Amino acid sequence: MDTIVKKRIKQVIKGDQNAFGEIVEIYKNSVFQLCYRMLGNRHEAEDIAQEAFIRAYVNIQSFKQDKKFSTWLFRIATNLCIDRIRKKKPDYYLDAEVAGTEGLTMYSQISSDSPLPEAEVESLELQETVQKEILKLPEKYRSAIVLKYMEDMSLNEISEILNLPLGTVKTRIHRGREALRQQLRYV
Amino acid sequence: MCPEQIFELMHDYLDEELDPEKERALRDHLKSCKECETIFNELKKTDAFVRGISHMQAPPDFTANVLARLPKEKKRIWMQRWFTNHPMLTAASVFIILMMGSLFSTWSQDQEFSVSKQKNLVVKNNTVIVPKGETVKGDVVVHNGNVRIEGEVQGDVTVINGEKYLASAGHVTGQIEEVNEVFDWIWYHMKRITHDVLDIFGQPETK
Repeated sequence: MDTIVKKRIKQVIKGDQNAFGEIVEIYKNSVFQLCYRMLGNRHEAEDIAQEAFIRAYVNIQSFKQDKKFSTWLFRIATNLCIDRIRKKKPDYYLDAEVAGTEGLTMYSQISSDSPLPEAEVESLELQETVQKEILKLPEKYRSAIVLKYMEDMSLNEISEILNLPLGTVKTRIHRGREALRQQLRYV
Repeated sequence: MCPEQIFELMHDYLDEELDPEKERALRDHLKSCKECETIFNELKKTDAFVRGISHMQAPPDFTANVLARLPKEKKRIWMQRWFTNHPMLTAASVFIILMMGSLFSTWSQDQEFSVSKQKNLVVKNNTVIVPKGETVKGDVVVHNGNVRIEGEVQGDVTVINGEKYLASAGHVTGQIEEVNEVFDWIWYHMKRITHDVLDIFGQPETK
């Protein structure tokens, strides 16, 4: 996998957009998920995830090829998310919560095609609760927690993505997890 | 209240960063302290919850949307990719271009009168005559001239850019062909090349 990515990156540097398309295919779900966990909104997450890939393409020359590509890509995506959170304007999207309702989004106002089984509804509700609690975390804890719980991410990688010392990353994960514990313990 | 250090151990445990010795210390403490045990269980539950939120799929047209937003690709790259993706077509088109080039250049060089060398052919004013009663062995090829066949030709007769006249007494054992237009001429060349190629492949078998 790494060798494929390395080969594709060489082609991208030469300007090959099809090769970049393959890279997008490999990482699109992780990057989208990262953005969604950070922003809590599909529309915004898609927008920022796309932006992250475009920035990666435009700045591919500055990527050091002996480093892990995913680390570099996630760093771009995380920074874009943090920027977006900082200058967040009140926008209205389909999955933004409808004012005055608890957990009701515009999606739930569009009638769904088929009723979901009980267990699935429950697990979806739990997922929504967890996601909502993650979104309540201050952005510096949120980024550490979101990265920590993405597949195969080591503390070292997180420290590289966030450009923070390892000790700081640990502290942020611990504080973030503690905050989540207090919110989720009675669920 | 238990020392802060115990909470650190719990988190390190969840980060899978706890060595066995410290893990034993943590376990010992948890056995003796109900309060900490509850917190530890809550932390483990939280950890499982966050881990359990399902993986997300990017929207289906995500890649296409990204590619559509990229700055324009250089033409050169596009051509290179096309060539590498279609090696057979590339080889074929290079072959055709080269062949066309050589054919056309031969066509334009070929404006002089010439005739294949057979000793009993008579040439008069750009007309090649196969005299009455004579037998010409082998193929007769005439460029930019006419041919009159009054005798016998044991082989094919080809006239390029000219006319053939076959007298009633004349006889050709092979085929008679007249080539007057560029495309006829190209076709003639192609046939000849194929014939030569087949000969090359055919020869070893007959030997």
